[in-house]
Amino acid sequence: MDFSFSHEQEQFRDSLARFLRDKSPTSAVRKLMATDRGYDPAVWRQLCDDLGVAGLHLPEDVGGSGYGPVELGIALEEQGRALLCAPYLASAVMAGYAVLLGGTEAQRAELLPGIAGGTTIATLAVTESEGLWRAGDVRLAATASGDGFRLNGRKRFVVDGQNADLLVVAGRTGKGVSLFAVDAAAEGVSRRAVPPMDPTRKLAEIVFDDAPSRLLGAEGEAPLEAILDAVLVAFAHEMIGGAQALLDSAVAYAKLRVQFGRPIGSFQAIKHRCADLLVQVELAKAAVYQAAQLLADGEDATVAASQAKAVAAEAYMHAARECIQFHGGIGFTWENDTHLWFKRAKSSEVFLGAPREHRERMLQAMGV
Amino acid sequence: MDANLEEIRAEIRAWLAENWRPERSLVEWRNLLVDAGWAAPDWPADYYGRDLPPSAVAVVNEELAAAGAIGAAKAGVRNLAAATLLEHGTDAQKRRYLRGVLTGEEAWCQLFSEPGSGSDLAGATTRAVRQGNQWVINGQKVWNTSAHHADFGLLLARTDWDQPKHKGLTYFVIDMRQPGVEVRQLRQMNGHASFNEVFMTDAVVHPEDMVGKEGGGWQVAMTTLAHERSGFARSRESVEDGGRPGRIYDEYREEVAVANEPYVWYPQRAGRVDLVIERAKQTGAIDDSVIRQDIARLLALHQSAQWYARRTAEARKAGRTTGAEGSVSKLAASHVARLASDVHTAITGIEAMLTGPESPLDGVIAEILVSVPAVSIAGGTDEIQRNIVSERLLDMPKEPRFDTGPFRDVKRN
Repeated sequence: MDFSFSHEQEQFRDSLARFLRDKSPTSAVRKLMATDRGYDPAVWRQLCDDLGVAGLHLPEDVGGSGYGPVELGIALEEQGRALLCAPYLASAVMAGYAVLLGGTEAQRAELLPGIAGGTTIATLAVTESEGLWRAGDVRLAATASGDGFRLNGRKRFVVDGQNADLLVVAGRTGKGVSLFAVDAAAEGVSRRAVPPMDPTRKLAEIVFDDAPSRLLGAEGEAPLEAILDAVLVAFAHEMIGGAQALLDSAVAYAKLRVQFGRPIGSFQAIKHRCADLLVQVELAKAAVYQAAQLLADGEDATVAASQAKAVAAEAYMHAARECIQFHGGIGFTWENDTHLWFKRAKSSEVFLGAPREHRERMLQAMGV
Repeated sequence: MDANLEEIRAEIRAWLAENWRPERSLVEWRNLLVDAGWAAPDWPADYYGRDLPPSAVAVVNEELAAAGAIGAAKAGVRNLAAATLLEHGTDAQKRRYLRGVLTGEEAWCQLFSEPGSGSDLAGATTRAVRQGNQWVINGQKVWNTSAHHADFGLLLARTDWDQPKHKGLTYFVIDMRQPGVEVRQLRQMNGHASFNEVFMTDAVVHPEDMVGKEGGGWQVAMTTLAHERSGFARSRESVEDGGRPGRIYDEYREEVAVANEPYVWYPQRAGRVDLVIERAKQTGAIDDSVIRQDIARLLALHQSAQWYARRTAEARKAGRTTGAEGSVSKLAASHVARLASDVHTAITGIEAMLTGPESPLDGVIAEILVSVPAVSIAGGTDEIQRNIVSERLLDMPKEPRFDTGPFRDVKRN
């Protein structure tokens, strides 16, 4: 198992970080978060065309770059740091992994090139009422009809659901839970944007009323756990990127802000808390990076993935709280940027399962 | 380079075939080893070594192990004494002391911390006063591991009270076997006595035993401490002889047992994360959803800290560390130990009121609970580690100081 990034990986990180500093300053984030779409199609095109990030983790024969979870993680860490507004998590990561791990070879060849190129915006709709994808939560009914299936039910917390062209949906037949591909424009699909607490990540509720769909992979064999592991590891990278941005901001402000005749960062009451935050963020990074490495090595990564989600979510929230606290009153204003990350941290904490749920999932995967 | 290493391997192998005899006494054998330069191959050729790189030391150790032969004495403070003398000692000091370090005939202790200066080590107030042709020492030291076995001490004492605190200190080698030195064992809250207090009353140091310059003691002490930190994980020696019979092995086992005695409770101090799941299954606590959360939290923290240490080790090899990463690991170790102590308490319940053979795991759980508070103090408190992390990794400003003038005027305990 590798315990460090290669020179090539570091170079990729640097070039993406430069791009994001340029294209995703908080002024741009604020502008985009006030729109319905929530992202800038021109920046998305550049991200996909010039940097090729949407297909980073997808095989070359379906239009991807053939890299793996470690490189995907780098891309998400930098996006999380810059709070990039883009359908990346929904389309490239969630739908991309769902088709890659759940589709047949022919379906991968058909659906993944659009996702890898960023020309198709896709998303994955599993959740109905719980964050963690327990099979029992999937009640949406799928009924065979002709050479496809008709879907009836409702999906909630669908990231970028209103932007998507392609919906990958978990539904239930007599054989269990399967994945289905749905054209978002099809009759019987009604999408409603719901107001997200984190305005940088758009959410939709989607009702399926006899909507036509195609089965992905084998009926009753949706690999939800494997998809969840891969998505969690990627998502945890986004969280540690955000946590690092908040730590940097907290420390920078503590060095700048003068009270009682000295920078507040010279008080141990502040600097010790910054040190503690650094420890928590660094340990979370170590957990997240090793989870990616385990996935890349083809090892069973369930324990590491849930561990990564739990520690990254807690580090992110802790960083958000501390960053606001060190800023004092200004930290609670709309004008100050900290709340942008705070809201992302809060919604990330509960999306795909809260830390408490992942600690339990971790133990069960260990056989304890 | 590799060919060179193979030559060295052949040479030590032939030498061992010629000289290794388990019937010899430990000291007799080690003197042979020292004379041949195999006791410390990476030391200078002028001082019992062979000027070889660390990679050659590994080869020599492999061959010693393969032959079942015992190497130079390694345990405890003697290594710190050797490293410090090699860097700052005079020729005469190296000739006088280094052989005894390697043969194990002479044991060492460190005399740095004082009741009035722990985290603020440079605030030492033990006095060294030049009287005629000798230094006279008065003061008290504390936390001195194995001082009751030591022949010599590495002493930091104040020789000039008119200089700022770091500049008035001088470093000495002090003979521990003299009337003016009294060693008392210090009993800890967990019942063990791993450390000592050392009282010096008109103790004497000869001028040739000053290490470095008068007033230059702080720099010399930094060398000792740097080696102590880098060797932190190696402070315990394991017996690699597989229980072989024979006089030399008996003598070696006794040496190791004496050296390891202060550390028997260290695994408990770290929290014994390894016992948590087994214990939770035994007591049925594994079915308690609240305790399960704590167990998972602990395992995640422990695993993350291990991975962090592995990543840091890789970065160090590549030259991409600042040196303050050890402080992150040390703070993580404190978190792990405290959380482990809480989890053991939750699992154990009312039985945690007991200690000794009638208590869970023959007293091990009780020992964990009363040993963990040491983790966040020993080797630099958590508060000092937080200063290091914030100042060196985050580049945050220092607290204003009030101890920069002549030490005589500095407020102290």
